[in-house]
Amino acid sequence: MHRVSALDMPDVPMGQLPPHLELQRTRVLCASDAPTHTENIQYSGAYASMGVDNSLQLDQFCKNCRVEVIRLTEDDMEFDMIGIDPSLANAFRRILIAEVPTMAIEKVLIANNMSVVQDEVLAHRLGLIPIKVDPRLFEYMSENDTPNEKNTIVFKLHVQCKRGAPRLTVKSDELKWLPNGSELLLATENPASNSSSRPKTYTSFSCSQDSLPEFSNNLIGPKHPDIIIAKLGPGQEIELEAHAVKGMGKTHAKWSPVSTAWYRMLPEIVLLEEVEDEMAEELVKKCPVNVFDIEDVAKGKKRAAVARPRACTLCRECIRGEDWDKRVALRRVKDHFIFTIESTGGLPPEVLFTEAVKILEDKCERVITELS
Amino acid sequence: MEHGSLKDQRASTFSLTDEDHTLANSVRFTLNQDPRVTFCGYSIPHPSDARVNIRVQTTGDPASEVLKDSLQDLMGMCQHVRSIFDKAVIEFRMSRLALLAVVGSYVQQSVYPETGPLEN
Repeated sequence: MHRVSALDMPDVPMGQLPPHLELQRTRVLCASDAPTHTENIQYSGAYASMGVDNSLQLDQFCKNCRVEVIRLTEDDMEFDMIGIDPSLANAFRRILIAEVPTMAIEKVLIANNMSVVQDEVLAHRLGLIPIKVDPRLFEYMSENDTPNEKNTIVFKLHVQCKRGAPRLTVKSDELKWLPNGSELLLATENPASNSSSRPKTYTSFSCSQDSLPEFSNNLIGPKHPDIIIAKLGPGQEIELEAHAVKGMGKTHAKWSPVSTAWYRMLPEIVLLEEVEDEMAEELVKKCPVNVFDIEDVAKGKKRAAVARPRACTLCRECIRGEDWDKRVALRRVKDHFIFTIESTGGLPPEVLFTEAVKILEDKCERVITELS
Repeated sequence: MEHGSLKDQRASTFSLTDEDHTLANSVRFTLNQDPRVTFCGYSIPHPSDARVNIRVQTTGDPASEVLKDSLQDLMGMCQHVRSIFDKAVIEFRMSRLALLAVVGSYVQQSVYPETGPLEN
């Protein structure tokens, strides 16, 4: 009997992973106590002894990667990304939350505040109001820049509750856009020599913002008109001017363009044995989101089948109890991500995702130029 | 900023400022998948400083070349994701418009049974 290498034995599959290893590589097994095989096998030589190449080729990636949009409305969207790695998915999520820029109120010039809400609390609340404007039309403003029409949006709030009138609620639709810039005058040193036609204000707009083509049809204002800013009793008044600038969620959460963005991996439920009759009924009743369904097979017997695995919340009710974990296997598919993006209003969600991907590309570009 | 030895170009540590897990984890993933890399990893020396150290050790090529290639790969992946995402959004909108047109014609047929889809 001549010697044969163990790897050449007929039952060792070369060029392809055996099914149990393929399961470990592509699925997270969710047992009742903890999930297993959660790490990603990324090393290019991980399966070299089996002759399987785990390295990344760009064209392989381009072939395997797919995107399917499930729901798309003005404010939120849900889509599936298949064939992508968790590190990329997480990078997109982090950029969506913290690094896509938006416009938010930063400086509040208060002329008069007689309400019970303190100045700084009022300014904080104004900063958190989402503004319906495309931030790509504006530039960043640094400390030394003068506020002009390319980097600032000016709003005015002037509300008064008359004596004898009932209490007044100040809502965000009272914030009026001033396309010509600030109306509050700067204190000048020598009033005698000031004979110029236009007095200096806190901003220097060279032209009115509504003369620019982008804003001629869409007025700039808060996204929701019914956000309560403050409440005024009789005889109280608020008069202030708010300047909005461009910023990123990294600096302050008011500049985050999404109310939130998250992803989850696609759940996969496999029935390891046939589940029949009363066990099938029990299984269907156990699941709180109705993942299982009864199907009738011949001879009047009933069988359980998995109808809606996507709705599964991994609550593990179906594997609780005796012996149930031998009948039902809960898994997650490691490279299928269900992304949900909820926008606060400045940009629609599909534009937000595209901007996030562009920002990741720009980061890579920056490091490449630094290295060369 | 590259910290390596002049004699051995195969292994070095790259210190990037103004970066965090967002870029570093993605680059580590693409580096790991490159067959020329024997070791790669990243660490953040202190969470308050925005600084990341990426360590690359290769089988023979200079480490900075391998890192540049991985970054190019990552950029290629991002561009591909962007293009298929845009296509998927357009496809979704087309399919919804088509669905609305079909539903509209059914409604018109049921409300005005004598008319066809284009008459009003």
